[in-house]
Amino acid sequence: MAARDIHGTAPPWGESFSIIGKPQRKVDGLAKATGEARYTDDLSLPGMLHAKTLRSPHPHARILSIDTSAALALEGVVAVITGADLPTRYGVIPWTQDETALAVDRVRFIGDEVAAVAAVDEETANRALDRIEVRYEVLPAYLDPEEALEHADPPIHETRRGNNVSKHVELEFGDLEAGFEGAEVVLEEDYAFHGSTHAAIEPHCALAHYGPDGLLTLWSATQITHYVHRALAHVLGLPPHRIRVVQPCLGGAFGGKSDPFSLEFCVAKLAMETGRPVKMLWTREEVFYAHRGRHPMRMHYRTGATRDGRITAVDARILIDGGAYSSFGLVTTYYSGQLLTGPYAFPAYRFDSTRVFTNKPPCGPKRGHGSVQPRFAFEVQLDEVAEALGIDPIELRRRNLLASHSETINGQRITSNGIAECLDVVERESGWKERRGRLGRDEQGLYRGLGVACSMYISGTNYPVYPNDMPQAGVQLKVDRSGVVTVFTGGNDIGQGSNSVVAYLVAEELGLQLDAVRVVAADTDLCPVDLGAYSSRVTFMVGNAAIDACRKLRPLIVEAVAENWEVEPRRVRLIGGQAIDLEDPQHHMPTAEAFQLAEARCDTLGATGSYNTPTLGGDYRGGTIGASPAYSFTAHVVEVAVDGETGRIQVPKVWCAHDCGRALNPTLVRGQIEGSCYMGIGEALLEEHRVNRFGLHAGPSLLDYRLPTSLDTPEIEAFIVESLDPEGPYGAKEAGEGPLHSSIPALANAIHDALGIRLRELPFTPARVLAALRKKREERGS
Amino acid sequence: MRAYHLTVNGVRRRVAAPPHWTLLEVLRYELGLTGSKQGCDKGDCGACTVLLDGRPVLACLTLAACAEGKAITTIEGLRTAEGPDPLQDAFDRTGALQCGFCQPGMILSARALLAENPCPSRAQIRAALAGNLCRCTGYTQILQAVEEAQAEDSRPATQANS
Repeated sequence: MAARDIHGTAPPWGESFSIIGKPQRKVDGLAKATGEARYTDDLSLPGMLHAKTLRSPHPHARILSIDTSAALALEGVVAVITGADLPTRYGVIPWTQDETALAVDRVRFIGDEVAAVAAVDEETANRALDRIEVRYEVLPAYLDPEEALEHADPPIHETRRGNNVSKHVELEFGDLEAGFEGAEVVLEEDYAFHGSTHAAIEPHCALAHYGPDGLLTLWSATQITHYVHRALAHVLGLPPHRIRVVQPCLGGAFGGKSDPFSLEFCVAKLAMETGRPVKMLWTREEVFYAHRGRHPMRMHYRTGATRDGRITAVDARILIDGGAYSSFGLVTTYYSGQLLTGPYAFPAYRFDSTRVFTNKPPCGPKRGHGSVQPRFAFEVQLDEVAEALGIDPIELRRRNLLASHSETINGQRITSNGIAECLDVVERESGWKERRGRLGRDEQGLYRGLGVACSMYISGTNYPVYPNDMPQAGVQLKVDRSGVVTVFTGGNDIGQGSNSVVAYLVAEELGLQLDAVRVVAADTDLCPVDLGAYSSRVTFMVGNAAIDACRKLRPLIVEAVAENWEVEPRRVRLIGGQAIDLEDPQHHMPTAEAFQLAEARCDTLGATGSYNTPTLGGDYRGGTIGASPAYSFTAHVVEVAVDGETGRIQVPKVWCAHDCGRALNPTLVRGQIEGSCYMGIGEALLEEHRVNRFGLHAGPSLLDYRLPTSLDTPEIEAFIVESLDPEGPYGAKEAGEGPLHSSIPALANAIHDALGIRLRELPFTPARVLAALRKKREERGS
Repeated sequence: MRAYHLTVNGVRRRVAAPPHWTLLEVLRYELGLTGSKQGCDKGDCGACTVLLDGRPVLACLTLAACAEGKAITTIEGLRTAEGPDPLQDAFDRTGALQCGFCQPGMILSARALLAENPCPSRAQIRAALAGNLCRCTGYTQILQAVEEAQAEDSRPATQANS
């Protein structure tokens, strides 16, 4: 279907925007800068107990018995729960519910939750954990996905009938055979992406209160309040209307707080059992084991192209290491293939992706869910195609770009598309034409090179995690006689600034000063449902819902003022906190007065608004997964400086141009682009979520898992490209995940430009650089 | 339990807490100064950074007892009656705050840097903040914030808050 023009991309009151498109402060910026902002662990309640979790020391074992009596006997311990108290299976995807809050009969990775203790303080709770006696029958552990594919005796999940396959997807579009037959060059290689984790600086934390009225309140560091609400009702057996979930200020998420987590169920159950508030704060080590990070993938790609560089066919086979549970894995498996079909036109495409369970911390969605790994492989392969054909890599990409308002081979609707401009910008700004292939060695003897890559990402998905016909985003406005408008939204602000974005939109629509808009968010009792902060959906969907609500409210105010002034409503404009007569600008009144007139005329003032995606996607099983109302586009050029002696790679500079549609606040967009580039470069060079041969995490600390510091992070130059999207709020699309993808292959391609070596396995450690250099020398020698 | 005499943000506080408690625990859970954050509890992330006699220290690795007799500054102590510290203001203005969790520690490290070196280069700012991990921003806007605050610091006091 054609793109919808829902609210238009133009300013609501004439020629220009007052707030949108200009740098603005965040609504919670000063609260955060001054330490006033309250995160979950900053909350405490009178009589509060502290809870801790007992975790499995085995990667795979049957639980024979659990004896909690000695723990319960310890002074200060109030309650102990085990899997028998919370046996209901849950999982964020309704069709693959294979988790329990605490293990029932079986543990599936080191760190799997077994029991939870509530005590007067954390130390007592920790001491009590030592007194819980668990007898295990150790089972063979599958730590390698290929091994897990071959052996399943017993399978990690008994429901899987003798194998460890979590999900298999095979989809083919176009005529693959003809595509490869028509190719004049075919490249075929293996690529490997390691695991990486989110490492938000705030650890997971949850606090529960169970009132005498039977109302359960949970404050949790979650990025999806609504799904936690549903999961709590399901697992605790409580009616949903007796549960309230609140997300306080959140200290980063990146996908790592998308699943419902064990601690949320445990504190709720413990609060219900003890009648006292219960809090659990995970240690950093526990956060590493909770994981849900980027899936390791082993990828085989075959790409055909004509002599003039046109792609004729792409064929992918991907093995995905899922870890112990499904999490979002069904979607991950689809995303590993479905999101590769842009920004280039593929005449024929096939992918065959298999997600396998292993006895390791479960993988899940991390920024660029399921698509960062294939993007790395394919963009490196494209560089190899360019090299084989002797075509400039940017030029090769240009020859294959999808047009705006087109459709991908797998049936995804493309609306606005600024990829060509993104490529132009990074080519120009990086000095590509003059510098690429000519940098050689710098004055310090380092080999310099430039690499390019592109990507595409969704602005939300058109399919909610559980099928229903209700809106995906809802907003409610409450208008106060004082001149304040309060916006209630279920959207989760996880640091990306979604509460601020909503405030900008409402202020623009109603002609208010920014300080006259307050946002109440992510509280299931107060706010209409929004599906949460994942798949880069919030600006697009909640933004549209906010504009919808404003457009219902605005006429009530305008008409009341017009009636008062005895003029035509079209003469009344709301702007800068005033209602103004356009034909007689001396004639104006503060918005507060306008609100009072409207309230007197129409009754208590308020409005609701919503957004739902149109029906999208291909007409085949899985065709809606990856379908989005709008796609963002990115192009990266990365410069590297590699030490040929030590293999150490430095990244002096990253140029990133991102098409986010209209940048509602360029400061926030820039932050998303820069943060994405940083995260991509970090996982390419430094970070690795590695589990050793015993199933133990190789370094579950922020010292061993090496996040880039301010010294490691390259200079990043972010460029905003605005291809106004007909369906986005004022034309906006996503900015938070897309700009991560192409940073990694651009870096790999830059290494090739510098040294002539192809690194097809991440992370790009000095050892891998040196090994590749050695191999290159040997090949030359032979 | 042990009695502590601590001078926090210029105010003498008496507090009882277990003898092995860290400064971070006493600040957060006894004094209600929750602006100092716990990201790792083992000295890796810097979110708990506070100033002791003007020098940045990791409150999660400092026993509360070791902070006695010293001037403790937390993020709550930077704001004055006239308004937020220029650094706090600049972090807000430049977009250096995304989730905001690392920022109290980051801002205090930056404050200590500017006290010692009012005109640091970008490389010096990077070095001074290398102990404070930020997972959101890619540091670019943080560097910009410190540079802008530094310019503001050097202006006459009457203009600084205008």
